[in-house]
Amino acid sequence: MILSTRGLTKSFDGLKAVWDVDFDLPQGEVRALIGPNGAGKTTLVSMICGRITPSAGSISFDGRDITTLPAHKRIGLGMAYTFQITSVFPRLDARENVALAARRGRKGDAAVEAALARVGLAGRADQEAGDLSYGHQRLLEIAMGLVQEPRLLILDEPTQGLAEAEIDGFKTLIRELAGDTTILLIEHNMSVVMELAEQVTVLNFGEVLAEGTPAEIHENAAVQAAYLGSG
Amino acid sequence: MTAARKIILLHGGLLALLFVLQFVLPAYHHGNLARIMVLASYAIGYNILFGYTGLLSLGHALFFAAGMYGMGLSIQHLGASPATAMLAGIVVGALVSVVLGLLALRTVGVAFMIVTLMFAQAGYLTALYFVDWTRGDEGFVIQQAQRILWGIDLSDATNRYFAAYGLFAACLLISLWLVRHPFGKTLIAIRENEERVRMLGYDIWAHKLAAVVISGTISAAAGAAYGLLFGYVGASFAAVPHSILPLLYVLLGGAGTVLGPFIGTLFMFYLIDLSSGITTAHMLIAGVALVLLTLFAPQGLVGELRRRVWRWLP
Repeated sequence: MILSTRGLTKSFDGLKAVWDVDFDLPQGEVRALIGPNGAGKTTLVSMICGRITPSAGSISFDGRDITTLPAHKRIGLGMAYTFQITSVFPRLDARENVALAARRGRKGDAAVEAALARVGLAGRADQEAGDLSYGHQRLLEIAMGLVQEPRLLILDEPTQGLAEAEIDGFKTLIRELAGDTTILLIEHNMSVVMELAEQVTVLNFGEVLAEGTPAEIHENAAVQAAYLGSG
Repeated sequence: MTAARKIILLHGGLLALLFVLQFVLPAYHHGNLARIMVLASYAIGYNILFGYTGLLSLGHALFFAAGMYGMGLSIQHLGASPATAMLAGIVVGALVSVVLGLLALRTVGVAFMIVTLMFAQAGYLTALYFVDWTRGDEGFVIQQAQRILWGIDLSDATNRYFAAYGLFAACLLISLWLVRHPFGKTLIAIRENEERVRMLGYDIWAHKLAAVVISGTISAAAGAAYGLLFGYVGASFAAVPHSILPLLYVLLGGAGTVLGPFIGTLFMFYLIDLSSGITTAHMLIAGVALVLLTLFAPQGLVGELRRRVWRWLP
């Protein structure tokens, strides 16, 4: 297992955002994390990558307990996190955005250009990130994750706001990475989940509701009820 | 012409101009410019923290005064030579900025402003308290005989100009080098989006601490030079208004631009100088000018220039 959580819990002023989650992610797997809005998906990955501290429970990465490790050190261990709300540096050009992500890991200029090319932004490297379209900013965000060559890549709703063609490009990209890189994907777009994920974890009200292959999850009555309402 | 070339030409051009001005300026403006260059060095230090890292300190007088007293006291009480005293001022400034950084960086935002303000006030009161050493409010004069550096009399106008010029050139080049270096670019990224930088694996706290120390040490060097070149060390340089001055210089000139601190200092100095020739209410004129600038050039003079014309300005 590259990533495990045990009893991971987060409550905000008594509201249980994530409750007693045991989560295991084997090396090299592409895992989707789905669930209705407010199910605690972002809270869960935020605890995993260290943006927020858990109320209880433990997290281990590659066999090492990282529960109290600050976020930047977790990134140093080989995690990368891309933000749900596009969070690029608007006043820096696209190349500098990726270079910032690359420099910490001492990756050179070639890696920066390669990452830009991989998401199809090579021609826009000199534009200020704030001037890029929303979809391109999302792709830039992904390039900033890729260039770190992480062992675990956490993508928080990467296809939100992308056009159909861009989503196809994204799927191809993830298929190329799969195997080498472990990928944890929060995703609303079901076609992306069904086509890319090997395993799916469903969260509802902060708890794990179901886990299985995309086909199993598709058939799962409890999941359908959570999404559609049981009324 | 590439951006790098334009940057070298512009900044080198300014340094060349300041060098030549020494030979043509009338005595009055000559003296002013020496003072402006030292104060601009102070503003350059301030700009590294405020303009590039995005941390607003209201206590930089603490660093300026640490340099000034570190220099002045070691001449006055230890009989140090000017070179040793300058070095002592810079070292004291660096130490004070490490300590202040360790304490103040536990806070963010408004709390950081208040904490830096309070520590600077504590520094000011310390200077007043140890009146036997510092002569408190009255301060002390550094005699001409104590200001001879390697046989060069720093009280002489020409020598003083060149010493100020040397300090300013060094600070400007350090600042220019820094913001083009990966470390400086990371500081800019922290200013733009701290959380994102953290999630790229950078230690934000260590970067901010380094920025405080670089900024504080440059400010201390300016303080030490000011005392040595103009021959006076006093507690007024540790007081609150002296913390606000570099903020005004940098805001006027353009926060987060390499030339902004110099342009802002030059502008503000002559604004007060000229308006005090017209009326005794000269601060009123200065105030109105500041309001107008804030309204019509919120990014400062050099900042506006960058926004409208020279996008490549660092």
